[in-house]
Amino acid sequence: MNESYNKVKTDVLVIGAGGAGLRAAISAADAGLKTTVVSKSLIGKAHTVMAEGGIAASLGNVDPKDNWQVHFKDVMEEGVYISNWRIAEILAKEVPERVFELEKWGALFDRTPDGRILQRAFGGHTYRRLCHVGDRTGLELIRTLQDQVLHRDVDVIDELYITQLVKDGDRVTGAIGIKMNTGEFYAISAKAVVIATGGAGKVYKVTSNSWESTGDGIKLAYEIGATLMDMEMFQFHPTGMVYPPGVRGLLVTEGVRGDGGILYNNKMERYMLRYSPEKKELDARDVVARANYAEIQAGRGTEHGGVYLDISHKSPQYIKEKLPHMYMQFLEFAGVDITKEKMEVAPTTHYQMGGIRFDPETCMSSVKGLFAAGEVACGLHGANRLGGNSLADILVFGKRAGEGAADFAKKESLREIPEDEVQAQISYVLSFLKEKGTNPYSIMDQLTTAMSENVGIIRDEEHLNKALEKIQELKKQYSSLGVPGGRRYNHGLLACMELKSMLIVSEVVVRSALLRKESRGAHARSDYPKKSKEWLKNIVINKDGENMKFDYIPVQPTPPELAQYVKPEVYS
Amino acid sequence: MKDVKLSIFRHDPETEKEGKFVEYTVPYVEGMVVLDAVRYVEENIDTTLAVRWNCKAAHCGSCSAEINGKPSLMCKTRVETLGDNVSVGPMKAYPLIKDLVTDVGANWKSIKRVPAFKPREGLQQPWRMQQVDIERSKEFKRCIECFLCQDVCHVMREHYEETDYFGPRHMVRAASLDMHPLDDLNRARFLNEEGGLGYCNITKCCQETCPEHIPITDNAIIPEKERAVDITYDPIARLIIGRKSRKGGN
Repeated sequence: MNESYNKVKTDVLVIGAGGAGLRAAISAADAGLKTTVVSKSLIGKAHTVMAEGGIAASLGNVDPKDNWQVHFKDVMEEGVYISNWRIAEILAKEVPERVFELEKWGALFDRTPDGRILQRAFGGHTYRRLCHVGDRTGLELIRTLQDQVLHRDVDVIDELYITQLVKDGDRVTGAIGIKMNTGEFYAISAKAVVIATGGAGKVYKVTSNSWESTGDGIKLAYEIGATLMDMEMFQFHPTGMVYPPGVRGLLVTEGVRGDGGILYNNKMERYMLRYSPEKKELDARDVVARANYAEIQAGRGTEHGGVYLDISHKSPQYIKEKLPHMYMQFLEFAGVDITKEKMEVAPTTHYQMGGIRFDPETCMSSVKGLFAAGEVACGLHGANRLGGNSLADILVFGKRAGEGAADFAKKESLREIPEDEVQAQISYVLSFLKEKGTNPYSIMDQLTTAMSENVGIIRDEEHLNKALEKIQELKKQYSSLGVPGGRRYNHGLLACMELKSMLIVSEVVVRSALLRKESRGAHARSDYPKKSKEWLKNIVINKDGENMKFDYIPVQPTPPELAQYVKPEVYS
Repeated sequence: MKDVKLSIFRHDPETEKEGKFVEYTVPYVEGMVVLDAVRYVEENIDTTLAVRWNCKAAHCGSCSAEINGKPSLMCKTRVETLGDNVSVGPMKAYPLIKDLVTDVGANWKSIKRVPAFKPREGLQQPWRMQQVDIERSKEFKRCIECFLCQDVCHVMREHYEETDYFGPRHMVRAASLDMHPLDDLNRARFLNEEGGLGYCNITKCCQETCPEHIPITDNAIIPEKERAVDITYDPIARLIIGRKSRKGGN
């Protein structure tokens, strides 16, 4: 018997309601198109709210020497020369405009004494560049965009989890999914689809990422043939909480270091002077994360396996004003008063720098009609993302993806999603509902443990192979998954499908990491500790039947008019 | 390590007439919060338990519930502060979807109805504002939309179906717009006439409950009420308006 489902028709379908998705929806709606946003969570709850430090934009309000050229240079150099120059150029040039636009929509940034937007220092940025609202910039950003979307003619369908993208020939034509809170299935036909589903930090056990970051967008795009890139590049944030165990991995904003925080080991040595005498605590994240990791590994860690981060030399008033959320977070979760005591911190999985490859001008992926923006996309951050560049990214490329999708949609017509395809997908999803099946959470636990143990900050062939073996073993168990209960608000059912995304992402990450036989940015191999000129290329991944196909493409050379701003790469 | 005994409200309105509290035993982990315990049940004992959560860091406001009867965030309530009997139920001011999950969708409708931010005419960007002038609005913008203030508010709780009152969250939001230094609107009349501002009788339960410690009543609702009074009932204004209208002016 055929299952009933809801049919929706729209011009532009945006999957994901974080910063990138909402910004894309605004562009598409402003272009006069019927726009539908769907999201796995409630609107306004996306992982963007977790962003704390700020938006990197070279306004030059605090350091007048700053300009887009310097921002461009910072992205290229700190991304260790595998970023796409055009994507970096667009970001650096357009982000100031996006910040002013947010302000026009009601966002309130902290101010300089003369009333302009205040900017704070952050690791790897040459100048003080991050426009911020205390340490809750992401919240301000998402609320502002949420208000804009709700006050426009945009259909928002939240708690709708997309399980499959539909393709007709070489073009994406819509998506199929299940609405959590009602248990109903949806088939949404669209002229263009924007994927803005965020990252996959949840494939690691210790992570700063929230519930939704399970790599669903990567899976959706990969399965219909979109090209992925740079997937070995996973950022570990230098400072996550370590204690109590329940909050292990929770982010401690880089703003703490930006506003004067200092790192110490258990001998009270300021060890960053050894690792990075010039930039110290404010070196790029890969450098500081490795330093913290090395200190802990060398037995100079704290009681709970971290290092100390101290800001108590600043006045309590300064701390509470600049870092109100950090103050409350440590007080309420750990019983630590950061105005008086040191914090214990250790690296935590933070950001997926790889993702769906896209065209810098339109944000279209290798699949016609499928656009990508934000953490799910790639090309900007290269081997290392600078703090503040992710919020910049979602605004600049969210807007461009929405426009790209709108332009595409204007030229295309709607195509019906075939009935049998919808029915097949519904049966597939419902096949996980059974009384006796393997618990998806137990597999997730094994997967995330294997990833954290073997595919962490320092990698080698032996451990990567171990992780790969584990992934293969877990993949075999996938078909035995099953959960009891019904269709409505059944997180167990959702977990079965998320696990598929997590397995795909983990495998791509591990296989790419095995291939890149050098150390570059966030990807550090103890068996290949040096950076190699041979590896000035990106690893791209495509689905090839049931296998993953890996290819290499040389990094596009930066044209001379831009290359003049960037220090040439040095190999030792 | 001791165990935690936890009573969780279970109810699927589609299949059951009434819900009930079911007891679960969960191993205690140091520093454990209620959300950890509930998720332990979900992952290891009964995967059909419905619970909404996102960040587990008090940033997102998804895991609102009533813990031992008190509206609280599950991610922020440490188990050891609760004694031996821990009960977790859904927010009562909202229609139940399943177990601990409620339908908070009415809030998006309220957000749509409150007039959006409207900057003054003729401003040249980049704008200039003083830090001191943005502090009040910023205070309200700490809101994580957990809707616990709505849940604890007796107007919302007892009269959810029939009241016009938008609830504390939306008063705070309107106030954050009204107190934006460059906003051009005054939403007090709207709040009074359509948002049910008058229903709030200043019991301040909302501000005591707010996990972000926003002084909702003192700094948002009372000033909006005062503005509404200024616009509507100011005796001197009425006198002047009355005199004008007697003269046949406008």
